[in-house]
Amino acid sequence: MTAEVLTFFIFVLSIFLGFELIFKVPSMLHTPLMSGTNAIHGIILVGGMLTLAGAEGTVERIAGFIAVVLGAANVFGGFMVTDRMLQMFKRRKG
Amino acid sequence: MSTPIALAFLAASVLFILGIKLLSSPKTARLGNLVAAAGMLIALLATLPLLHGGTGAGVPGLNIMLMVAGIGVGLGVGAVGAYRVKMTAMPQMVALFNGAGGGAAALVAAIEFSTSANAQHASLADAATALSAGQTALASFSAAMLFACLIGAVSFSGSIIAFAKLEGHFDRPLTYPGQQFANAALIALIAALGIALIGSPGVGLLVLFLALALVFGVLMVLPIGGADMPVVISLLNSFTGLAVAADGFAISNLALIIAGTLVGSSGTLLTLSMCKAMNRPVTNVLFGAFGKAVENDATAAETGGSVKPIQADEVALLLSVAQHVVIVPGYGLAVAQAQHQVRQLADELAQLGVEVSFAIHPVAGRMPGHMNVLLAEASVPYEQLIEMAEINPHMERVDVCLVIGANDVVNPAAHEDKSSPIYGMPIIEAEKAGTVIVLKRSMGKGFAGIENRLFVRDNCRMLFGDARASLQELVAAVKAA
Repeated sequence: MTAEVLTFFIFVLSIFLGFELIFKVPSMLHTPLMSGTNAIHGIILVGGMLTLAGAEGTVERIAGFIAVVLGAANVFGGFMVTDRMLQMFKRRKG
Repeated sequence: MSTPIALAFLAASVLFILGIKLLSSPKTARLGNLVAAAGMLIALLATLPLLHGGTGAGVPGLNIMLMVAGIGVGLGVGAVGAYRVKMTAMPQMVALFNGAGGGAAALVAAIEFSTSANAQHASLADAATALSAGQTALASFSAAMLFACLIGAVSFSGSIIAFAKLEGHFDRPLTYPGQQFANAALIALIAALGIALIGSPGVGLLVLFLALALVFGVLMVLPIGGADMPVVISLLNSFTGLAVAADGFAISNLALIIAGTLVGSSGTLLTLSMCKAMNRPVTNVLFGAFGKAVENDATAAETGGSVKPIQADEVALLLSVAQHVVIVPGYGLAVAQAQHQVRQLADELAQLGVEVSFAIHPVAGRMPGHMNVLLAEASVPYEQLIEMAEINPHMERVDVCLVIGANDVVNPAAHEDKSSPIYGMPIIEAEKAGTVIVLKRSMGKGFAGIENRLFVRDNCRMLFGDARASLQELVAAVKAA
């Protein structure tokens, strides 16, 4: 079993997992969930960092810099927006 | 990648999964966000030892400085966007941050494509024997990168348009004849360019490819109505997830693959769930603006009846002698920022022994859950919020139904008028209550742009005015009653 096939395995399992996790979510939580998963795909920042690290020349550096800024905005902004939305739910339980 | 780092990425992935799971329940939602954030922190830290310069050497100092600066700027923008913005602008911010992620994915893919593909192409030209095997690997790598570029760019520009629409910059969905053909032709052109790029990567072609993808993102979202933006943002969210996963394939990072796929697939299901709540197929939401721009003559004729205005003191009287009052909040409540006033009214009525509940339609407001967040900000107890499906069977026993800034979600045309754009959408059956009082600024239309039959029903009265002012009047009047 090559690495590619194993990766494909993980990909397919992840698809099913993603579906299962969202299956019976009350509509009230649709928006925080969308916001939370939005923050999670901010992991692209990792990709941006790796790319910027290996950047050579001005064009690559500028593009890499922008990628890092955008990725960081996605991650940090995403988690913070979600937290702010969910703060509203906190008081309910208290 | 060494084992400890790989395990760290695995731990991050597990935390993402747990985080999403916890986000699905109101009790644990906040914890879920923190868990996912912890996973992200681990992933970021695990990346540090992986950073290396272009030729496998150490990272150039300039790149490090740029990286720190970039993270700082992104962090700042994120913090300002998240905490300094009004609560009612939260949906727009989700759109913006999603677009940022899409843009990042597209850029990473573009850079990786142009550097790696060029290098591999050059070396393959020499190794004639390994040509066929090598070409498949190269082709699939290139395809993944180009896919990420395309989807990431579409998500980027689409999200910006979605942001603008939610900010109110577009009145109507923009449609024009032949739009379907134009979009299809554009997709075909982009696909052809992609295939060409796989064969012969070139920066010029790549830039053109990206530019066309950006254009497509704009064209895809422009014809969709403002009310449907939540569905669009959810779809674009899953697009970005897929782009991130594709990037993960290309740079062989399992955390990106897993996180991206999780978001891609969960986002897709979430999008379909939202459409189900509106009882409209997703194709109708995304492509259905065409033909709807025409006004419905049937509805116009039906609402030939006149609306009956009422004054605040009379409403207060009705409310004070009622046993059960249901309040239906809508986007107008959020715009008027009247959530505190409505809470005051609910409190005053409770003191008089009236039972007050809030009927929440799944797509009331700008986003699912919008009303919940708005009312929670005003400290309305959780238990008073009742979902539409639960409250509809009881509407006949309700004495007064107060509709505040809601329109399409209480329009009986959804049940009665087959030609209506909202036909089939589940609504809150406000007209079944004893008396319906509608708080509205004017006779303006809701998102769907149609007349509301509820307003001319016999048991309906209109309390015109800004919601905040009207509610303040009502509170004062109920206190005096």
